[in-house]
Amino acid sequence: MKALISSQQRRAKIYARIFVTAAFAVLGLSLLVLVLLFADLVMQGLPRLSTAFLTSFPSRFPEQAGILSAWVGSLCVVLLCMLFAIPVGIATAVYLEEYMNKSWYNSWIEICLGNLAGVPSIIYGLMALGLFVYQFDLGASVLTAGLTLSLLVLPIVIVSARESIRNVPDNLKEAAYALGASKLQMLRHHQIPYAQSGIFTGVILSLSRALGETAPLLTIGALTFIAFLPQTPFQDTFPWINFNWLGDPYTVLPIQLFNWTSRPQTEFHQNAAAASLILVTLTVLLNLTAIVLRNRSRRKYQW
Amino acid sequence: MVMKPSPKMLLKIEDLSVYYDKHQALKNIKLSVRANGITALMGPSGCGKSTFLRAINRMHELYDSIRLEGSIRLESHDIDLLASNTPVEWVRTHIGMVFQKPNPFPKTIFENVAYGLKIQGVTNKTELEDKVQKALESAGLWKEAKDRLQKNAFTLSGGQQQRLCIARALAPQPEVLLMDEPTSALDPVSTQVIEELIMSLCEEMSIVLVTHNMHQARRVSNDVAFLYLGELLENGTTEEVFANPKHETTRSYLLGSIG
Repeated sequence: MKALISSQQRRAKIYARIFVTAAFAVLGLSLLVLVLLFADLVMQGLPRLSTAFLTSFPSRFPEQAGILSAWVGSLCVVLLCMLFAIPVGIATAVYLEEYMNKSWYNSWIEICLGNLAGVPSIIYGLMALGLFVYQFDLGASVLTAGLTLSLLVLPIVIVSARESIRNVPDNLKEAAYALGASKLQMLRHHQIPYAQSGIFTGVILSLSRALGETAPLLTIGALTFIAFLPQTPFQDTFPWINFNWLGDPYTVLPIQLFNWTSRPQTEFHQNAAAASLILVTLTVLLNLTAIVLRNRSRRKYQW
Repeated sequence: MVMKPSPKMLLKIEDLSVYYDKHQALKNIKLSVRANGITALMGPSGCGKSTFLRAINRMHELYDSIRLEGSIRLESHDIDLLASNTPVEWVRTHIGMVFQKPNPFPKTIFENVAYGLKIQGVTNKTELEDKVQKALESAGLWKEAKDRLQKNAFTLSGGQQQRLCIARALAPQPEVLLMDEPTSALDPVSTQVIEELIMSLCEEMSIVLVTHNMHQARRVSNDVAFLYLGELLENGTTEEVFANPKHETTRSYLLGSIG
C-alpha cells in the first residue's frame, strides 16, 4: 500500500510526539520537586504552628519563640514598598510610553530598566545604605526598608505597566480623541483603566519579590532579633493618626528565618519551617488579592 | 436619493496637503461640502481618502510624523479648523467621527454614548439620559438597547456595535459627521441598515463618507469626490459624475477596469 504521508511528514509527527512527552516530563519533574519541598516544610513546621507562635516575639527558648515582630514587619515594609512603587511606576510608564518622544534615548531607558530588573538585590542594599541610611539619615527604619524595596521592584512595575499600556488598541484611543477628549482624559478614562489588569500582573510579581527579599534589608540594618512592634499609627488625640512607625526598627520574615536556620539547635529549625509556612501563606494571600483585583478589572474591561 | 440637498456649503477645504514625513499623501485638495448632504469620497485603496477624512477633525495631530497645510473652514462658525488657535477639542466636538471597524469602549452601552457629553461637562443625570436616548434613537439602536443600557457594549453584535459608535458620535450633536468606510467590516444586512441610517441622518448634519465601494457611493451620496494617488481628480453631484465622468481615470474606475 502506498503511504498517505511522506516519510518526512511521518518523522515530523514522531518528533512532535517526543517533544510533547519531554515537555510534560520536565513539567512533572519540577512540580514534583515543589511538592516534595512543600511536604517537607509542612511535616517539619506544622506541629510548631499555633496562635502563640504568631503572637509571640522571638526568644532564646525555641519553644517560646514566635514571629510576631517578623510578620508585622514584613507587612509594613511590603505595603510601604507598594505605596511608593505603584504610583511612581505607573506614572513613569505613562510618561515613557505616551509623552516622551520615541527617540533612541527612550529605547535606551527601556534597556536600562530591563537591566536594572536583573541587578542583584545586594547592590540595591548597598546603594540604599549610602543614600537613605547615611545621606538622608533615615536610619535602619521601616521607611528605609520600604523605599529600598520599592526601588528594587520599580523596574518590574514600570516594564510591565508600560507593556500593557502599549497594548491598548489605537482604535480605542482614537475613539476617545475623536469625541474631543484631551490626552489626560483619554489616559484617565481609557488607556490606564484598560491596561489595569496587565499593570496588576507586574504588581503581583513585584509583591512576591519584595516579600522574599533578604539581602538588601540586611545591609540597611534590619534587626535579626527584635522584641517589640513598630508604634501604632492610631492615637487618641487629633489627628488620630501618626507616622512615627515609619522611623521604627523592624525585622522581616525571611530574616527571622535565616536567623533561625543558622542556629545549631534543631528546635529552631522547626521554628524556621513553621515561619516558612507562614511566609508562603502570606505570599499566596497577597497574590490572591492581587489576582482577584486583576480578574475583576479584566472582566470589567474586555474587548 | 431621498432628499434634495441644501445648496449651502458648510465646509470649505482649500489647498489641503498632507505629508507623511517627506511623502506627500494629499496634493492641494480643494473641495466644498454641502450642509445637509452626503459627500462620498471614493477611490482605490491608498488614494488618500482616509487621510483626507482624518485631516478634517485633526486626527493626524496624534502622530508626530504627519504634517498638514491649507485650510478647512467651517462656515457656520466662520472658523478655520486647522488654525493653530482653534482648539482641537472644539473641532472634535463639532465634527464627529465613525471609524472603519466598530470600536466601542469596553464599558456599558450607556457610558459609551454618554462619554462625549461627559467630557464636555454635562453632569445632570436627566439631561444625560435624555441625550443618550435621543442619540440611540437617531442611530436606530434604542429599541434593541433600551433594556440593556448597563450591559457591556461588547455584548452587541458587530452591526449593533457600529450603530452604537454612530450614536456615540451623534450624542454631542456634531454639525459634520465623518465616516471612514463604516460598513466595510459588516455583513450585507447590517450594511443596509447603516446605509439607511446615514441617509436619514443627513437631514440634521452634513456627512462625509469614505467608501471604496462605488455602488455604495451611488446608493447613498448626493455628491462624490474621486481621489486618485493623492489628487482630487473629479467632483460633482453623484448623478453627474456617475452618468458622465469627465476624467478618463474616473471613467475607468467606475467601469471597474482600475481600482
